[in-house]
Amino acid sequence: MTVAPAPATTPEALPAIKHDYLPILLPVALSALALPFVGNPTTWVTLTVAALAMGMMIFVIASGLTLVFGLMDVLNFGHGAFIAVGAYLALSVLGLLSGWVQVDSLGWNLMALGLAVTVAMIGTGLLGWAFERVIVRPVYGQHLKQILITMGGLIVAEQLIHVIWGGDQKAMALPTALRGAVVIGDVAIEKFRILAVVVGLVVFAAMLVVLNRTRIGLLIRAGVENAEMVEALGYRIRRLFVGVFAVGSALAGLGGVMWALYRETLTAAIGGDIMVLVFIVIIIGGLGSVGGCFIGAILVAMMANYTAFLLPKVALASNILLMVAILMWRPQGLYPVAKR
Amino acid sequence: MAEPLLTLAGVHTHIGQYHILQGVDLALPRGGMTVLLGRNGAGKTTTLRTIMGLWKPSRGTVTFDGRSIGGVPTPDIAQAGIAYVPETMAVFADLTVAENMILAARSGPIDTARLDWIFGLFPALKKFWQFPAGVLSGGQKQMLAIARAIAEPRTLLLIDEPTKGIAPAIIEAMISAFAELKRETTILLVEQNFRFAASLGDHVAVMDDGRIVHRGAMADLARDEALQQRLLGLSLDAHQ
Repeated sequence: MTVAPAPATTPEALPAIKHDYLPILLPVALSALALPFVGNPTTWVTLTVAALAMGMMIFVIASGLTLVFGLMDVLNFGHGAFIAVGAYLALSVLGLLSGWVQVDSLGWNLMALGLAVTVAMIGTGLLGWAFERVIVRPVYGQHLKQILITMGGLIVAEQLIHVIWGGDQKAMALPTALRGAVVIGDVAIEKFRILAVVVGLVVFAAMLVVLNRTRIGLLIRAGVENAEMVEALGYRIRRLFVGVFAVGSALAGLGGVMWALYRETLTAAIGGDIMVLVFIVIIIGGLGSVGGCFIGAILVAMMANYTAFLLPKVALASNILLMVAILMWRPQGLYPVAKR
Repeated sequence: MAEPLLTLAGVHTHIGQYHILQGVDLALPRGGMTVLLGRNGAGKTTTLRTIMGLWKPSRGTVTFDGRSIGGVPTPDIAQAGIAYVPETMAVFADLTVAENMILAARSGPIDTARLDWIFGLFPALKKFWQFPAGVLSGGQKQMLAIARAIAEPRTLLLIDEPTKGIAPAIIEAMISAFAELKRETTILLVEQNFRFAASLGDHVAVMDDGRIVHRGAMADLARDEALQQRLLGLSLDAHQ
């Protein structure tokens, strides 16, 4: 992206730009609040790292969905299909590369995983492209129909998974070198959780670079604010939307692979099961906001992990309560996008 | 007589169940500024949005520079050389002023000389160049919206009520800017502020109930208070 020359500034006083750091502090505050309740610092670190890993996986899955909603007001309840298909494609690739997966070599294991992720992302990206053309495009601007038809798409995708891969629960073993934990003092951190955090941070950083440092990223941000004006400037927002939809689907595929490896089992319903959390994340983050989605994913995962340990009976409802609390504080979410 | 730059012939536009434009006939000469006047709800904004392709005409033809653009997708109309400044200004609040301008320059980096010219018209933009557009005042947002429309040379500017809610001092600055702008390009301006419109307009069209009910020279309408009363229910003096 070429930036127009920055003019010399005048000596007159300029208004201060307000930075909103409060939502960033929320995960820190939540984890600090949990410490005295958890009691044991070792357990607290384990829970917190688990929450960060889970949060990163949810973020990877949710980031595309929030942009899809922000850009074209499309409610895609079929997003879970890309999670499931991504996981099953990776299962097939890892099955074919079982030699690379079972050998105790980080290099070979990562190669196998890299190939599985690549196939899953390409497959779900293409599926997303087709899904947009066949299922979403006819129902632009019709929310009720979008909900019904995308849920229908999810059901069809799950049934096709049963036909192709069978209806039984599958085991998805971690590659050998990624099993076990790294022990630091008294704290044992599972290796895969570290990998999940790294992948999540890389995806987040890449999205920030694309959204803030490239022309296509500027167009996406502008389109989320006011798609009509982007068209009036001469850009084809629908073409942009198809691209975002396909990339969002590919990211859901990546998230599906990670989520299946995290659980080490998968069924066709793996995507549908996690979608409740994904929708909570994009709502509390602010529809269309990638930064809000990132913070929201960490918050939701922390809430799930801490309450599962402290108050297992409340765990299921805890994230609904979190959503209610955040929306009472900020009805448009943590980082509301300025809409037209 | 030279061929008009833009022609609307018998244009009808429906928005949902509402029949807003009911046979608009308008020919816009090349160069200068044509002002579209009319009371609220007469169909002025709908006319601009129909030209821009944001609403599709249900009947009639829209011809721009010899090419039919009725029902053509909005991006194609923009690429044909028409820029649009909506009533809401529609600046991208989360993007900086610089980023708003980068997007407006479709063909690449903004020409430095042109940028200097724009800064000459709207000095506040230079000052707020790296600021999010959301922090600008209403007048500054309007300047950005217009600057975005002229980031590259355009054949026709459609500008919808640029003075709405703007401080008088900014309006004065805007008059000078528009006087210079109309030397470069053709402008179709929708305006409620008659003094502003009369000081800049070369031609005028008045709308009522979705039709053009008067066309002529702006100077003639500005002189004829009886005609103003009949067409607009106002006089120039009352709006100064």
